[in-house]
Amino acid sequence: MTAVYRDALERVSAIRGVHGAMLVSTEDGLVVADSLMEGVDGRAVAALAASLVGRLRRTTESAGLRPPRLFHLRAEKGSILAVPAANDLLVVAVAQPDANLGLARLEMFAAAERIG
Amino acid sequence: MSDDVRTLTAALAADPGSLVFLELGEVLRRRGQGAAALKVALAGAARYPALADARDLCARIHSDLGDGESAFDAWMEALQLDPTHLGAHKGLGFLYYRSGDLRRARRHLEIAVTRSDEPGLHAAIARVREAAAAEPAVDGEAAGEAQPAAGGDSPSDAAGAPADSAADSLPFSMDAEPGADLPPEEALFAGFEGAREGLLLLDQHGLRLGGGLRDRDGVDVADAVAAHLAGVSRESGRAARLLELGAWQSLAVECGDGNLHLSAPSPETVLLTVRDASVPAGRLAILADRAGQAARRWLERLT
Repeated sequence: MTAVYRDALERVSAIRGVHGAMLVSTEDGLVVADSLMEGVDGRAVAALAASLVGRLRRTTESAGLRPPRLFHLRAEKGSILAVPAANDLLVVAVAQPDANLGLARLEMFAAAERIG
Repeated sequence: MSDDVRTLTAALAADPGSLVFLELGEVLRRRGQGAAALKVALAGAARYPALADARDLCARIHSDLGDGESAFDAWMEALQLDPTHLGAHKGLGFLYYRSGDLRRARRHLEIAVTRSDEPGLHAAIARVREAAAAEPAVDGEAAGEAQPAAGGDSPSDAAGAPADSAADSLPFSMDAEPGADLPPEEALFAGFEGAREGLLLLDQHGLRLGGGLRDRDGVDVADAVAAHLAGVSRESGRAARLLELGAWQSLAVECGDGNLHLSAPSPETVLLTVRDASVPAGRLAILADRAGQAARRWLERLT
């Protein structure tokens, strides 16, 4: 993992309530780099996030909207956030329900920019 | 320009800090000059941020202009300033009635009637109670479903004529059979802002059940979008379950020029709410929640 990737992901995963962050290839749903807490199945997160993002990209395109810049799946016990970055990569984070999602969102945008 | 408008305009020009904007805005509203009325009302509300009457005036104008969401927000602001504001409770009672939320409609009307003994309010409460009693209880509540109003977006439209004064007369008629002349798929979100352009209910197979979706050029994109969303609820549910996050609740997408919100009013359906980027994600979630409640009641009525 390059230092740039590591630094970008660690800034996201350091936010209160964020279990971890990873870089995912949108094309095949594989983990490129990660900074995850123990117990988080990075491969599953990557595959599921990439699949959902692909579907939602097609949806927004059909709706005549610009390409998405943030995806947020909210569930009872937490959230998955994803922000597209350059080179068909996604910055993905898994967060608890009480996480500071506003800060996570901003750090993920910053991470995507640094990676690009 | 009529004499009264001319006189009031001159009075406001002579003393921009006076409360005459309330009267001028109301006169313009009744004359159907919504844009001019709103300009006056918004300027007055900005000058008097703690004046509930100013928010109420803004709300009634928004409602006349068909902007139910802004009307709702303005009436809620009026209530924050004055929790017993008669016009705000009547206006919110109307909006909730129109969206089918009879429990909240009744609550607001019952508060309104403590401030005014006008017969129309008593009649309205009786109609809401009747409608609620006619529907099966949901989750232990006596929450029933009323068909959304078929008329325009304003309380005065629903009454068939402009209200004389929101503080003195009931701003909507409960005698009309709301939504009776609409086909079911249009009645689903009738009364909601963007009912035909930004609210879409679909089944798990990507087929449209109601509502509509149009792109920025006005092209109907509902079926194409619905097709892409076939199975999205199952996929979201699977993702959340596999990651031990419990049941999925919503899926939000931010684009540069618009925001999407997906939720599941029932296990077999998905509700898509789309708004332009000026509507923040948090507010979009609230709108989607209200539309989801309407969708659930609509589905219950169908089954």
